Amino acid sequence: MEFEPVIGFETHVELAAKSKVFCDTRAEFGGEPNSYVCEVCLGLPGTLPVLNKTSMELSLKVALALNCDIPEVTEFDRKNYYYPDLPKNYQISQEYRPLGRNGAMTILMPGGREKTVGIHNIHLEEDAGKLVHDVYKGRGVSLVDLNRASTSLLEIVSQPDMRSPEEAEAFMETMRSLLRYLEVSDCKMQEGSLRFELNVSMRPKGQKEFGTKVEVKNVGSVRAVLRALDYEMRRQTEILEDGGRVIQETRLWDDERGETRSMRVKEGAKDYRYFPEPDLPPVHIDREYLETLRKDLPELRDAKRKRFVEEYGLPDYDAGVLAAEKAVADFFEECTRLHNAPKVYSNWIMVYILRELGGEDEKEIADLKITPEHLAQLAQILDSGKINQNIAKKVLNKSLQTGDLPEKIIQEKGLEMVSDSGEIEKFVDEVIVEQAGPVEEYKNGKDNTLNFLVGQVMRKSRGKAQPDTVQELLRKKIRGEQP
Amino acid sequence: MTEPYQLTAWEAAQALQNRSLSSSELISSVLRRIGEVEPKVHAFQVVIADKAKEMAKEIDDRRARGDSLHPWAGVPIAVKDNFCLKDAPCTCSSRILENFNPPYHATVVQKMLDAGLIPIGKTNLDEFAMGSSTENSAFGMTRNPWDLDRVPGGSSGGSAASIIADETVLSIGSDTGGSIRQPAAFCSITGMKPTYGRVSRYGLVAFASSLDQIGPMTKDVRDAAGLLQIIAGHDPHDSTSIAQPVPDYLTELTGDVRGLKIGIPKEYSIEGMNPEIEKNWREAALFYEGQGAECVEISLPHTEYAIAVYYMIGTAEASSNLARYDGVVYGRRAEGPFENIVDMYRKSRSEGFGSEVKRRIMLGTYVLSAGYFDAYYRRAQRVRTLIKNDFEAAFKTVDVVLCPATPSPPFKAGEKTDDPLEMYLSDVFTAPLNLAGLPGIVIPGGFSSEGLPIGIQLIGPALSESRLFNVAHRFQMETDIHKRRPTL
Repeated sequence: MEFEPVIGFETHVELAAKSKVFCDTRAEFGGEPNSYVCEVCLGLPGTLPVLNKTSMELSLKVALALNCDIPEVTEFDRKNYYYPDLPKNYQISQEYRPLGRNGAMTILMPGGREKTVGIHNIHLEEDAGKLVHDVYKGRGVSLVDLNRASTSLLEIVSQPDMRSPEEAEAFMETMRSLLRYLEVSDCKMQEGSLRFELNVSMRPKGQKEFGTKVEVKNVGSVRAVLRALDYEMRRQTEILEDGGRVIQETRLWDDERGETRSMRVKEGAKDYRYFPEPDLPPVHIDREYLETLRKDLPELRDAKRKRFVEEYGLPDYDAGVLAAEKAVADFFEECTRLHNAPKVYSNWIMVYILRELGGEDEKEIADLKITPEHLAQLAQILDSGKINQNIAKKVLNKSLQTGDLPEKIIQEKGLEMVSDSGEIEKFVDEVIVEQAGPVEEYKNGKDNTLNFLVGQVMRKSRGKAQPDTVQELLRKKIRGEQP
Repeated sequence: MTEPYQLTAWEAAQALQNRSLSSSELISSVLRRIGEVEPKVHAFQVVIADKAKEMAKEIDDRRARGDSLHPWAGVPIAVKDNFCLKDAPCTCSSRILENFNPPYHATVVQKMLDAGLIPIGKTNLDEFAMGSSTENSAFGMTRNPWDLDRVPGGSSGGSAASIIADETVLSIGSDTGGSIRQPAAFCSITGMKPTYGRVSRYGLVAFASSLDQIGPMTKDVRDAAGLLQIIAGHDPHDSTSIAQPVPDYLTELTGDVRGLKIGIPKEYSIEGMNPEIEKNWREAALFYEGQGAECVEISLPHTEYAIAVYYMIGTAEASSNLARYDGVVYGRRAEGPFENIVDMYRKSRSEGFGSEVKRRIMLGTYVLSAGYFDAYYRRAQRVRTLIKNDFEAAFKTVDVVLCPATPSPPFKAGEKTDDPLEMYLSDVFTAPLNLAGLPGIVIPGGFSSEGLPIGIQLIGPALSESRLFNVAHRFQMETDIHKRRPTL
């Protein structure tokens, strides 16, 4: 029997609001433990939450971009459970009237196929703190750091609409891109500001009913999610093939071992005793305000991709790659504004710049030493014929390393094209003498040999001659014409 | 000769301003009085003597220098021990907060301090304000100064007793189902629960967030009006506080009730009500008719459900509000070692909370549980709306509602401690207002044949505090019931 996966995601996004969601304490990471706390986020007796308007605004932008139904009134609820990283022992969240419902996101698969994934709901909540397990005076202790407690967390719950790892990957990639376009989060998965929680179940292909789903937590990167997904698909398929039953549960991903482990069995749903948060009045979402937000939404990836094809004549693939990240797309457009050479930039960016990004430290284009000014200058010099493509690539790589402007590099290294025809002629003459054999072959009609001869001249010029000029010269000299 | 501690805030303010009395003298007088009667009454959890004297001296110096001060600057105030007053204990009468000193001031405390009021101490209450007798205090009950064998009411029993025993000039309490008004009635003082949101709750340790409201507990209506003036107003730290400007209650205090329409709710004549209470209520109605008001019978048909609804919503919210007392970051933690974190929670909470608090946490947890939430919590919220609608309908025809404050005069200590349901009925006339978010004032209405206080209650529409003060003030202009003091 063939099985297919049914996949959904809960996407958790740390919003880029300056202060926490219910107090004015700075939302910042990496400080001394418990240095960004106040009586409110510590949950001290008598304190009350006050909604951070920025958090709500960022959330609404996401809801708009995901085409959600946004109610006129949204409310907060308390989710009650005990855990030491949750100072009030309840989390302020949204259960009954979330700020967005019934949204949709179009994902683009390699090969150009599009698919729509439903968004069940979007809700704003406060994040928990962090527990650090340590040893103190020979005893195991748990330390509580509440810096992250009560920072703004947006949860986007997708429908279980994905049916393959490829779709899951496209979903994560599209979601990340969208969130970054909206500039609502830095989306650094390593730091946990973007987390994907996977829901996956297996069912015999063709069956309508869903199988028993398993939630997988603690997955720190897109790659890890895909590995966890692969592991779960195999694990569940094995159980089902053996006639067993998959248990509904939450499993933790162990990245080192490459496996998921059971965290707790869900016997029915856990009872969080949700009820409306009495300390926060319902939030009225003004329609006019919403329209303003909608109008101010940035051009999103799909629209940008299409525009890049039309406006700059880029191939669809190139446009898609450039538009994947807003910062990259903006970089590209800024280059174009400075000097119009879209196809050159597109190549350079795809080949030389994108490979510098991402990685362990999640490097962004703004972190590079190179700017649109570098690329525009280089393109301009290239167009003027002072250098050729090969030199340009060398200069570009140098700029990436040093941050020096192309003009400076070309000048210092003497990379400018040899336009002195006398010098080139000298090289050509030398080659004709040195390579008598090939010259003879060319004369006998073997046209390809000319390329070899051009290469020899180029070598002598250390790449600074214009290949076209060299070819022309060679041809004329060999045929005995006057140059 | 009148001792300074006997003065109302209004009178004390006059004396302070014309320099016939200094704040230091007033504070000393009050502290002396506390020394005399506190062993009998036990109104206070802690008396803040040294700091109060220091503050009084500073106020006196500033007044001597001619600094511009609030007229009431230098008057002492007793603060219920569920308000955060920086660097003073805030026990909520619970073992679990025995050693908790808040690092911040409640908004009302800050406003009091800004006006130059001097916190003289923190008063006893039922643990986490849950109770109607102040017997549920982990640190001993407060006694009713009129009869030391009887309870002062609750949960703000300490604040009420401190006023009638003249251990302070002003006091402040919180009211979730009657916790200001019922003890006001039992101790024969003036107590008001303002409109929900009129006073910021920031820094009041929460019992039931949608019902809790802070209000003045004073020797007369004028003091209540003046104190509300100081503490009321919108607070950016409390999203449920109302953004309306605060009227000048003292200026508006004319006592004019001519042409006023007073509603007498027929549903408040409940079975088993003490006949002396009923009689006092009728007499109060007659009094107002004599003053030019008109009394008409009205109906508040959903009154009988109020107690049930109150105990569902109140306990539901409390079960969540009190979840934070877990011994992790602050408050009492049981002695280890523990098997695990759940063991630590269980032991700390079992030791830390008293039985009434545990009972309400369990009730509230049940009300919110999956499978019961709709049947209890949601349904209770719907009935709450009906109760609110009852009042709204009534206030289309009448200006205020007049009713008893409690179904009986103060009962004996221990009389109801074994019967929580009987105890819960103490709130039958007060809790409906909390559910509807409306303001109510209780003033001394008379005394029973045994010499026990009886209170009357006036209810108004939202933000009608000024009107309520006026109506209540009329009573105090014409009678001297509020001036009587117990012998201690």
